Amino acid sequence: MHPAPSVIIFTTLSGLGFGLLVFLGLGVPDVSGWVAFVFFAIAYGLAVGGLLASTFHLGHPERAWKAFSQWRTSWLSREGCTAVAALLVMGLYAIGPVFLGQRWGLLGWLGAALSLGTVFTTSMIYAQLRSIPRWNTWLTPVLFLSLSLAGGALLSGQISLALVLLTLAALVQLAWWKITDGALARSGTDLGTATGLGTRGAVRAFEPPHTGSNYLLREFVHVVGRKHAQKLRLIAFGLAFAVPLALLLLPFSHVFALLAVLSHVAGVVASRWLFFAQAEHVVGLYYGKR
Amino acid sequence: MTDLPEKTDRKMGLVIDLDTCVGCHACVISCKGWNTENYGAPLSDQNPYGADPSGTFLNRVHSYEVQPEQGAAQLIHFPKSCLHCEDAPCVTVCPTGASYKRVEDGIVLVNESDCIGCGLCAWSCPYGARELDLAEGVMKKCTLCVDRIYNDNLPEVDRVPSCVRTCPAGARHFGDLGDPGSAVSKLVAERGGMDLMPEMGTKPVNKYLPPRPKDRIDDQIDILAPLLAPVAEEPKGFIAWLDKALEKL
Repeated sequence: MHPAPSVIIFTTLSGLGFGLLVFLGLGVPDVSGWVAFVFFAIAYGLAVGGLLASTFHLGHPERAWKAFSQWRTSWLSREGCTAVAALLVMGLYAIGPVFLGQRWGLLGWLGAALSLGTVFTTSMIYAQLRSIPRWNTWLTPVLFLSLSLAGGALLSGQISLALVLLTLAALVQLAWWKITDGALARSGTDLGTATGLGTRGAVRAFEPPHTGSNYLLREFVHVVGRKHAQKLRLIAFGLAFAVPLALLLLPFSHVFALLAVLSHVAGVVASRWLFFAQAEHVVGLYYGKR
Repeated sequence: MTDLPEKTDRKMGLVIDLDTCVGCHACVISCKGWNTENYGAPLSDQNPYGADPSGTFLNRVHSYEVQPEQGAAQLIHFPKSCLHCEDAPCVTVCPTGASYKRVEDGIVLVNESDCIGCGLCAWSCPYGARELDLAEGVMKKCTLCVDRIYNDNLPEVDRVPSCVRTCPAGARHFGDLGDPGSAVSKLVAERGGMDLMPEMGTKPVNKYLPPRPKDRIDDQIDILAPLLAPVAEEPKGFIAWLDKALEKL
């Protein structure tokens, strides 16, 4: 798949932002006044910034409001609805700690659940696609949720929680890489089933439909960077998990905490780039590109 | 709503004969010609006369080589367009309701004024049947020439999809695959019509007829071959002496 910057920025930033909103909704940290304002501002900046970035790849962003209508069948529509609901509820909830020094527990829980639900619906946009076997697994939502919660714990300054959640997310990431590497082969889809000619012999793409490129090849048959995938995985893993964990284990300082957050974000961006760049859409089979 | 209909009254679709397709790409051209100036936004080209041309097409012809375990390889031309799946994943993923499957004939269409161009339907299609038009920013796909097949202004012979009307080899057939008595259904039953990627669970309506086995060359290239065999492989007598003598000179 083409690793479009807009979707990488969207899933990374909104994942972090909604992760932070989960913790703020649960009252961890229990902050009020200006400190609470800054926390909410960061969370909203990330969540809304990510959502806005996602509209950049649309052909008609001015019609984006229509995407709230098909929640009955479409995970993308559900994501839009859940995201708006989460932002509205958490916005209402934020009035308590920021202006009134109060914590409305039930509203916070609801907002936290909706924030987590947003990350889940985002992940299901990818996990639902049978045409991309690597994504089509229950581990994809687990990966998105664990990364979001780890990032949220890190941003909300919960060191002991962050240590646990970062370790968990690291394990899920390793499992996701390990299990999804053979997903296309295990799916049973190959050029033989794609053309229906597989029972007659070995099928080979002889001539493409045209000498130039097209939308399908640009969007679904991204092969650049595959050869560096293992190196990039090491870099992503180091930045997203190893470095932040090491920094958190050092005596606390704001500089280390900031570095841990920045390293984690850079690592998640690298991991998300690989998530797209390594995903093999089965349409590539028709072009002999798998 | 992007719910799929429980069942459609008819299942209009194409039957493509891989045995007779000659790979001329006439269907590709006639499809582009008809659909760029009729239903919906035109099918744009980017840099059409430059070094790296590309454009939106609703139908493309691939060519594959099949190498059986024994015998000669076979070249098969393979036109591919929307299969108008019964369980179309492209419809249910659409966030705006722009994509829909018609109850009356099962044709999968895009309402272009509702399409936001997010591309998710193209992501969900395993066949690569949908292409985002870069000039219009909306998703384009085969409409089964919905503006031809019911068009009373056209002569009856033309009320079939443009690709079917154009095919010089008669490799493309159009009809109701939901009616077991229709000509296309009979053709599918007779020739063992197949689904593409049945494991994806999309239940395509369009069917492909497999190529028939080609004539085989068993041992003799030509029935005259035995008569043309060399008369004397090893020269004897005078010829043999001459051969040796000339060799020594």
